[in-house]
Amino acid sequence: MKRREFLKKTAVFISGASVSLSALELVDPKEVLAKNPDLRWGFLVNTYKCVGCGMCVKACKIENEIPWDANVTRTWVERYVITKEGKVLADSPKGARDGFTSKLIDRAAEGKELVPDKEIAQAFFVPKLCNHCTLPACVQVCPVGATYSTKDGVVLVDRKWCIGCGYCIMGCPYGVRFFHPVVHTADKCTFCYHRISKGGNTACAQACPFGARRIGNLRDPNDPVAKAVLTERVGILRDEYGTKPNVYYIGLNKEVH
Amino acid sequence: MKGHVWRPLFVVIGLVAAILVFRMFYVPADFGVHDQGYTFGFHRLGNEQEWKQFPEKYKGTEYCNECHDDKVESISKSGHGIIPCEDCHGAAFNHPEDPEKLTVDRSRALCLRCHSELYMPSSQRNDLPGINPKTHNEGMECSECHNPHNPSLEEM
Ligand code: HEC
Ligand code: HEC
Ligand code: HEC
Ligand code: HEC
Repeated sequence: MKRREFLKKTAVFISGASVSLSALELVDPKEVLAKNPDLRWGFLVNTYKCVGCGMCVKACKIENEIPWDANVTRTWVERYVITKEGKVLADSPKGARDGFTSKLIDRAAEGKELVPDKEIAQAFFVPKLCNHCTLPACVQVCPVGATYSTKDGVVLVDRKWCIGCGYCIMGCPYGVRFFHPVVHTADKCTFCYHRISKGGNTACAQACPFGARRIGNLRDPNDPVAKAVLTERVGILRDEYGTKPNVYYIGLNKEVH
Repeated sequence: MKGHVWRPLFVVIGLVAAILVFRMFYVPADFGVHDQGYTFGFHRLGNEQEWKQFPEKYKGTEYCNECHDDKVESISKSGHGIIPCEDCHGAAFNHPEDPEKLTVDRSRALCLRCHSELYMPSSQRNDLPGINPKTHNEGMECSECHNPHNPSLEEM
């Protein structure tokens, strides 16, 4: 081996090894249980109560400084119209930022479609947001430790640490992550961590006049959300991905993913 | 030993030291594995605090009640009592210091979010009184006839 080559190879090896030192020194074989077992945030959506006014989307955008006209949002509302023939149509114009004010369903490339009332078998709204999964796929794929789960079960993005590679955006099975056009990092719902940690409500739940959205502590048996999760027929989205979401839905249809 | 062995070794040792020193300064002290273990809890702890300090914009109807108690009183007795003030007037921020006034949105679009008639049989939307925006007094603001703080049709 030539000296120059030896130097080069050693330099590469050493720098590689020292970078991953941080990982080696800290590996803990068993996943540490949350230190505070008394608090685990969860969310309950009642799809029967949602009227599709989009006040939650508006409030979320303003509260969390998500650019108003950019085509990104941390939460959105989908409209589902199922015809008597079994056809499923769904749309969410601008994420329902301005609500649903027209009967015309946005079919993207196919244009707008009007389903006559008498052909409709079922029609309802489904609000969507980050599921703050217990086993978040998005966190697992982050190469730099910029996204993580807090001990009370909220998945956050470190804006100073994120390199904007977009792995997490691809990794999320629910499509709730997006690239923030101003901050230039990955972005997602925080359950309004700044509000709930001070005893407040999330902006979306507070804005909902109909109580279709609710945040609560799943570890507190007297919490209304925990009670509903335990005693009512609730569903979760994309169970088959095994991410263990913490957003529960009352009135979920098989057509909704 | 000869110089040609020592010299590269020094270079290598120097490199290792340099990288370790760089890492010491670059990686914050609170970066590491925290409560959720290596897979899900590998992060900078200080970031949790940063998120907790994110500024709040929405204050809630109780806050409006401190000064606009007349409005809160009239609306709370009406069918619109369930709607938070800030849904229609926007977030409070530091109102009344900054902004001094909140927006008064008289657009039809605001009311149509809830009152545009849609056929949604498996949703509470069907229980809201709906109108067809194309035929219900098109071109006029809703508040010219309806009082948004007391929409009762009897008291129009
Ligand atoms: C500390 C007292 C105070 C609180 C609390 C407060 N306001 Fe005000 N508000 C004012 C004052 C003062 C004005 C200016 C009145 C004026 O110039 O006519 C004002 C103006 C407004 C206006 C504009 C009125 C107009 O005629 O243009 C709106 C709308 C409004 N407030 C809504 C709200 C809402 C909604 C809240 C709750 C989030 C709220 N305010 C909380 C004091 C307050
Ligand atoms: C459904 C939407 C809606 C809600 C909810 C609502 N407002 Fe209003 N508000 C309006 C509209 C529209 C106007 C303009 C009315 C007009 O043009 O006569 C208005 C006007 C006002 C004004 C200024 C004009 C005036 O009449 O003096 C104030 C102040 C105000 N609202 C405060 C409040 C407060 C406080 C609440 C919460 C208790 C509230 N509003 C809830 C829609 C709403
Ligand atoms: C967030 C949803 C929402 C928005 C926005 C909203 N409303 Fe309402 N509106 C309601 C609800 C809920 C009722 C009560 C229905 C009931 O009593 O069963 C109601 C009742 C009414 C009624 C009485 C209808 C009846 O049959 O008694 C009128 C009129 C009305 N609203 C007008 C307006 C106007 C004008 C605006 C815009 C300034 C507006 N609404 C904005 C939800 C909304
Ligand atoms: C020119 C006055 C006028 C304007 C402008 C107006 N309305 Fe009305 N609205 C009425 C009258 C009168 C009634 C009661 C009689 C009826 O049902 O037509 C009514 C009824 C309603 C009802 C109750 C319908 C029901 O079946 O119970 C709603 C909801 C309503 N209006 C909402 C709105 C909204 C939203 C707007 C603005 C997009 C608006 N109105 C604009 C005069 C008006």
